[in-house]
Amino acid sequence: MNDTWAGIIFLGTLIGALVLVHKPLGDYMARAVMGKRHLAVEKGVYKLGGIDSEADQTWSGYLRSVLAFSFVGVLFLYLFLRIQQHFGHPYGVPTMAAGQAFNTAASFVTNTNWQSYSGESALGYVVQMAGLAVQNFVSAAVGIAVAIALVRGFTRHKTDRLGNFWVDLTRISLRVLLPLSILFAIIFVGGGMIENFHHYVTYKTINGGSQTLTGGPVASQEAIKELGTNGGGFYNANSAHPFENPTTWTNWLEIFLLLCISFSLPRTFGVMVGDKRQGRAIVAVMATLAILSVGAMLVVQGMHHGTVPTSVGASAEGTEQRFGVPDSAIFATGTTLTSTGAVNSFHDSYTSLGGAMTLLNMMLGEVAPGGTGSGLYGILVLAVLTVFVAGLMVGRTPEYLGKKLGGREVKFASLYLLTTPALVLVGTAVAMALPGERASMLNSGPHGLSEVLYAFTSAGNNNGSAFAGISVNTTFYNGVLGVIMLLGRFLPIVFVLGLAGSLARQKPVPASEGTLPTHRLLFVGMLTGVTIIVVALTYFPALALGPLAEGLH
Amino acid sequence: MRTIVNALRQYSAALRMLLVFTVICGIAYPLLITAIAQVPGLKTRADGSLIKIDGKVVGSKLIGQSFTDSDGNPLLQYFQSRPSSAGDGYDPTASSASNLGPESIVDILPDPSVKDDAGTQRLLTEVCSRSLAIGKLYGVSGARPFCTSSGVGAVLAVFYAGPGYHGKITRVVSLNQAAPATPFLATYHGVKVVDAKFGEDYSKGKVVPIRGDAPSHPAVPADAVTGSGSGLDPEISPAYAELQEASVAKTRGISVAQVAALVAKFEKGRDLGFLGEARVNVLQLNLALDKQYPYSK
Repeated sequence: MNDTWAGIIFLGTLIGALVLVHKPLGDYMARAVMGKRHLAVEKGVYKLGGIDSEADQTWSGYLRSVLAFSFVGVLFLYLFLRIQQHFGHPYGVPTMAAGQAFNTAASFVTNTNWQSYSGESALGYVVQMAGLAVQNFVSAAVGIAVAIALVRGFTRHKTDRLGNFWVDLTRISLRVLLPLSILFAIIFVGGGMIENFHHYVTYKTINGGSQTLTGGPVASQEAIKELGTNGGGFYNANSAHPFENPTTWTNWLEIFLLLCISFSLPRTFGVMVGDKRQGRAIVAVMATLAILSVGAMLVVQGMHHGTVPTSVGASAEGTEQRFGVPDSAIFATGTTLTSTGAVNSFHDSYTSLGGAMTLLNMMLGEVAPGGTGSGLYGILVLAVLTVFVAGLMVGRTPEYLGKKLGGREVKFASLYLLTTPALVLVGTAVAMALPGERASMLNSGPHGLSEVLYAFTSAGNNNGSAFAGISVNTTFYNGVLGVIMLLGRFLPIVFVLGLAGSLARQKPVPASEGTLPTHRLLFVGMLTGVTIIVVALTYFPALALGPLAEGLH
Repeated sequence: MRTIVNALRQYSAALRMLLVFTVICGIAYPLLITAIAQVPGLKTRADGSLIKIDGKVVGSKLIGQSFTDSDGNPLLQYFQSRPSSAGDGYDPTASSASNLGPESIVDILPDPSVKDDAGTQRLLTEVCSRSLAIGKLYGVSGARPFCTSSGVGAVLAVFYAGPGYHGKITRVVSLNQAAPATPFLATYHGVKVVDAKFGEDYSKGKVVPIRGDAPSHPAVPADAVTGSGSGLDPEISPAYAELQEASVAKTRGISVAQVAALVAKFEKGRDLGFLGEARVNVLQLNLALDKQYPYSK
């Protein structure tokens, strides 16, 4: 079998598996968040946390809980990183400097998992598992909780209540994320991932030199790293490292895991709004965008256009022999279309247009299928905008799922969509204007600009992957990217919950002849179009100066 | 006052919930997985797939090693791994890729006033020089597109009389060939090509890589001239293994067929026919060689 066919079958089996789990996983998540009964263990959690599990929160109450939990999370993780040396080597290693600790704390709480440090040298085992991995769980659960609250905005009428954040957080963590992580962590150990608390092992190598192997609870972190679209690697090389991704099928499974929740959440949405066709329309848009993107990526990486790839004869730089180019390209697409940011190959060394695809995927706002929860609320905001645009174009009354989209709703949607581009483009412009920050680039020319643009795109969209040549462990990048990650996460959440509150207050409007059906192919096409156009126009000039200038000559 | 009390209550709940999740997801969960990983079959993997000889660890099946002497010269009795950017090469405490881009093609020349300054090679020159060296070592052509025969990137700076790279060509410099050198091209569009001098500003020239006439499928395989993502890649392509067979056989004084038979034993095709790539584990292969055909100088 040749490379192309192997790649296509790899992709085909992934799509098949995602289709298979879409319904059961989506239904399961819907039951988890809609169910009335609390499990015994959950009751215990509420008791220990001092939570009134029967309380129903307003949108602002829900938001305050999200922000309080996240604020405490940043503070806790920051302190944890600063005191880790007290756990003793290798459970703790010398403390992380303040700027980098802030950046790392912001990064993991916002589900970004941008890493300005190298895991194997900067972190001990304890902070990896009890600091970072905890945020891998709860930051993913926060994203899903906010998405569920938005869906409740559509399903509830004439109320100011959106549910209970603490209950949503707990149920998503304990009923969805934890059991799946346990299952897949064990499978991963079977594939060769390490899971131990050993001291470093130093041994004499065959050539008479020496190597030192670090240990750690890697497999348990890897499972939630992918499942929760987190992406923060135990090692600097992330999922390219043989201990984080030992073989060809763990590679397949990692891609599957980082996509499965986000591709199933539209089903959860469909079940919750009582019209599964609505969920199918949303997942159709996600799938269309994702397939277009992965197709383009496979073509450009396969053609290996550009000076070095042509000289090499393949886009092989930065890829592992066991994965090869197509399976690396599929991972790169999956990780940037979601908010994962794990990498099994290094995007900085991709062909110019392959690198452009990773940037474009993030710039789409990560909605195809996006991060856990953030992908669903992102695309629902775009759906709101699409209905509004359609209303202007063809004279339909702007309604979505029985809710009128008035000035207030469209304002929230617009603010949501403007936040990230503003953060990314202004941030890039500032960094490029400062000579010291320009000096952080590893590569020169347009590729250097791409490195800076990628850093801000990744931070603003909470992705976490990088054109990793850039040196970002500086005061400027640690500070500014940390702030951008926080704003890029929580400003959109403010607007989403505001939108949800505003929708829930309305009484439903019955569908009329003037209502645009939002489950048909026409709407799927329009939403796909709006997503591409809104993004392309915003970022096109920046892309033209970076990867396009490099790739098209 | 009431808002302050409410806020305090909110933050105390947040902290308590975070601590609960820290215990469940951050402590109980990894300990549970570690406990399960103690069962036979899983344990060797969870411990790092270590390879022991006479009870002593010599490596991990999953982590590549360098098979060079302390000066970096390949030990010809062993199969060679891919180039590595992890520390000084295959350092598991510093996993890393090169992160050099597809148009990383203009080297920084060595400063003649600094003793032993080697300058900075960019990706193209690294690929070219590796290809040349490997070709020489194993007796095949190391030629590649965009490489000079001296093993650096074939890249020109072309200066034009007019703005915007228009008008007559006034000057052409071979950017990666430090003076004194014979430029890989004598002339470019009728203009004499000159070698590059350290410290001269060539930024006004248009950077033009020259493909040359090397075949698009060079004799030295792609994985031999490129760094991996981790810098710890334990494997090479079957093509790179095959290229090295004769040399390893000769150095060990055994037949190529004997070496080829061992390579075949460690060669893995695509798993299930479609997953990943075909590959050969270099450490396992070299250990098997040492065991079956011990090498003595």
